[in-house]
Amino acid sequence: MSAPGQPTANGPTSGAAKPVPEPTPDTQPFWDGCARGELLLQRCLGCGEPYFYPRPVCPACGSTDVQWFAASGRATLYSYVINHRPARGFENDGPYAIAVVQLAEGPRMMTNIVGMPNTPEELVLDMELQVRFEQRGEVSLPVFGPVGPGAPRPGGSQ
Amino acid sequence: MSRDQGVIIAGAAETDEIGKLPGKSTLQLHLEAAINAVADAGLTMRDIDGIATVNAPGPVQVAHSLGITPAWIDGTSVGGTSFLLHVRHATAAIRAGYARTVLVTHGESGRSRVGATPFPRGNSSIQGQFEAPYGTAGPTTAFTIPVLRYMKEYGLTHDQLAYVAVAQRSWAARNPRAMFRDLISVADVLASRLVAWPFHLLECCLVTDGGGALIVTSAERAADFPKPAVHVLGTGESAETPMISQLADFTESQAFLLAGQAAFAEAGIRAADVNHLMIYDAFAHLPIYGLEALGFVAKGEAGAFIADGNTEPGGELPLNTNGGGLSYTHTGMYGMFAMLEGVRQVRGEAAAQVPDARISVIVGNGGMFATAGVLVLGREAR
Repeated sequence: MSAPGQPTANGPTSGAAKPVPEPTPDTQPFWDGCARGELLLQRCLGCGEPYFYPRPVCPACGSTDVQWFAASGRATLYSYVINHRPARGFENDGPYAIAVVQLAEGPRMMTNIVGMPNTPEELVLDMELQVRFEQRGEVSLPVFGPVGPGAPRPGGSQ
Repeated sequence: MSRDQGVIIAGAAETDEIGKLPGKSTLQLHLEAAINAVADAGLTMRDIDGIATVNAPGPVQVAHSLGITPAWIDGTSVGGTSFLLHVRHATAAIRAGYARTVLVTHGESGRSRVGATPFPRGNSSIQGQFEAPYGTAGPTTAFTIPVLRYMKEYGLTHDQLAYVAVAQRSWAARNPRAMFRDLISVADVLASRLVAWPFHLLECCLVTDGGGALIVTSAERAADFPKPAVHVLGTGESAETPMISQLADFTESQAFLLAGQAAFAEAGIRAADVNHLMIYDAFAHLPIYGLEALGFVAKGEAGAFIADGNTEPGGELPLNTNGGGLSYTHTGMYGMFAMLEGVRQVRGEAAAQVPDARISVIVGNGGMFATAGVLVLGREAR
């Protein structure tokens, strides 16, 4: 169980007023994947390099021959801050971490850390994390939490 | 003109006041700075044939308001370093013969928000989809993220990070125009309110209103102006990422590195030749990243270099001598103020004047490690 006011592993806290991503044609497959409980990345069929964020061209070699694939959902904590001046919609969450995780496949993404206290003592760089999905309006948002029995199975939907 | 002929900054000025100016709009601040810079160069608006500034209000509005009909326009808007890029682009334009006398303006009602552009991007932007949903709320919550990684990789301590603010306050204490002038200690910094751990309030820049402007022209006219010419010896620019989460290496800025290399190569200088340095300090870690990117110290050494007093008054490498964004002023796009301090130092007219400031280097940041511009300014031509 999370500390009072912390984001939980089980869904949004204050929810409604938090920003909801609006998919665009180039990002729609990513959000469709999240809705199924899958974290999708893209991979270049030319050079093999996986990448994030969604875009129609490989940033490593310029090829447009790219495909979507389901990532493992495993990651490590790369860096973060603990924000004490909440963004709109986050007022009831208490100080919350805005983190960047290193996905097992290589790319990094911004996220929140759920299912554990967001304190400097608990959030240790390079700790292992696992993707979870949190409903935000019409969108399922990838967030990350500790690896453990309570964590959803990789690639599985909630 | 041939490529070998130089370019100078012939006029440079800030708005009459900087700080809290609720009675002035963004556009007014641009115009006041422009009028002051043109007067500083002993010119009139009729002498200006090139205009450069950011959107908004943009070069068309600023030129029209001042009665300038430009033959050359630059509206590059890539954050707080834009004005350094304007000087770089103006240098090329003057060499190409596209313009003779270029006015670069900055004005921003960053604190009072009078006539200012709203901030938020749409939820369908890349930032709106992949960063804002996680509760980012401006640079304090995002530009700050890389430093924890840097601390782990290179052993930078919380005290060393805090000391950046202490060192800069020692310059601000000598500058009557600085917003914060009282000397502070590491304990004071660490006792200030947590903004985004590990950053405290005093490790974050001010939010102010103000403006500044520059006049760029050819060096062959150097003797025509009332103030000593400041030669533009080298320039560089680059871009890395629109999102902080996609910075290639959280312990360095590729844009700082590339822009710095270009500027030093053009000027034909090395770090050891630099007498005065300005590094855009929206937050306390930026001087650390800048010192290392431009090779003033080795990777991982900048925190200790600053904490040892090397960048303070009397130190070997005077840094952010106006007090910087942390103590002097920070309107939102601070780059103009960093350049103006470089000009004042090279001219010998700064409030906290560095002895024998022959070569000044300005390192500008745009967005959150999104873009960079670097200028090498000098008292003599190359």
